Amino acid sequence: MSIAMTLASTIEAFNYYNLRYLFIGLLYTLSVSVISIALSFVFGSIFGIIVYEKIPYFSRWVSIAVDIVRNLPLLLIIFFMYFALPNIGVHLSIFWASIAAFTFFESAMVSEIVRGGIMAVDKGQFEGARANGLTNAQTMFRIVLPQAYKKIVPPLVSQFISLVKDTSLATGIVLPELMYRGQIIYGQNSNYMIPVFIMLAIIYFVVNFGLSLISKRIEKNLA
Amino acid sequence: MIEILTKYFATFADGFLITLESSIIALIGSLVLGTLFAVLQLVPNKFVNRLAQAYVEIFRNIPLLVITLFFFAFVAPLVTHLGIAMDGFTAGTIGLTLYTSSFIAEVIRASINAIPKGQMEAGRTNGMTWWQTMRLIILPQAFKMSIPSLGNQFINLVKNSSVLAFVAGMDLMYQANNIAQSTFDSMGTYMVVALFYLVITLPLSYGMKYIEYRSNRGGNA
Repeated sequence: MSIAMTLASTIEAFNYYNLRYLFIGLLYTLSVSVISIALSFVFGSIFGIIVYEKIPYFSRWVSIAVDIVRNLPLLLIIFFMYFALPNIGVHLSIFWASIAAFTFFESAMVSEIVRGGIMAVDKGQFEGARANGLTNAQTMFRIVLPQAYKKIVPPLVSQFISLVKDTSLATGIVLPELMYRGQIIYGQNSNYMIPVFIMLAIIYFVVNFGLSLISKRIEKNLA
Repeated sequence: MIEILTKYFATFADGFLITLESSIIALIGSLVLGTLFAVLQLVPNKFVNRLAQAYVEIFRNIPLLVITLFFFAFVAPLVTHLGIAMDGFTAGTIGLTLYTSSFIAEVIRASINAIPKGQMEAGRTNGMTWWQTMRLIILPQAFKMSIPSLGNQFINLVKNSSVLAFVAGMDLMYQANNIAQSTFDSMGTYMVVALFYLVITLPLSYGMKYIEYRSNRGGNA
């Protein structure tokens, strides 16, 4: 194939329909990521606090469960949610199965981050709050957690970045996100392969690099 | 679940070995590449620094699946044309290596930066060249410092090697999908496969936690 032809097919690959098709894929990627990270922030905080509080027996089991989930491949969890759950009568759509899988996995990740954040808060803060007559729960929710959340912004954002990248794995259960749509486009015309890969790389790069720049900004403002 | 484990044990074991093989090759490859790009980010040459930085940022911010499929769908047919066989396993392992090398480069760069400036200055004043000081004095210390993070990267590597399933890499995940499809017992199959992954990742994870705990306590780790 001559260079002129390559150039022509490159320009042709970026036509309106392909770009719109990819853009809707990006919306899927982002909406799945945002919903999952929001849910896993809630669940992760709950698990993180439970593990930190060292409630007899209960905390230990939660901590073991978190370790097991953290050490499994995300792809396995995605397949499990979509292909294995119907065996026990739980039928999830592709969209919700991917959100369930990402939330399940990221909650475990976020819980470790939250626990680390709580542990990084100065012990004197606990003692000061308790000495001033606050209950244990008040100390945790009014004094410790706000400080912990401030500390964990950078790791949370990098977790979010890896989540955005990992949504591409949902291609395995045919979630119509960015990667899947890219494959569809170059599947129809193999001349589009290089342009599509470049486009995908650029889109993911812009989203993730942008997020990491924002994270650095926030870090500076909080410090 | 037990039935699947006993009946398909040979298949699972095959997949397990492939997963392990791919992870170890990718670990060695990405250690070499990662160290190279970490050092290139610090050599006294602005242009080289920028190039190395671009490499790291690009591979860190693009999904592993995109890199792997690029090698499988585009590069593999291209080199097959030239007479070099490239199967899913090779394409997947190359993808894993490149992706992980960017993370390892960041880990090692951070460790090099954490080493006191005086080490480099002392090396230089004793008549060693920049490269000699880096290779003989700075890097050995940096490696020791980055062992916990490198362990975590290896855990991620083992987990990420499941993308080989997308490119027919014959790894654990790929075999699991085949078995799940032929037995119709997805639940049992995926449970068994989870056990196989945990056999590698869980001990590593607890080992890393122990090393971190010891170094936090001020011991020599």
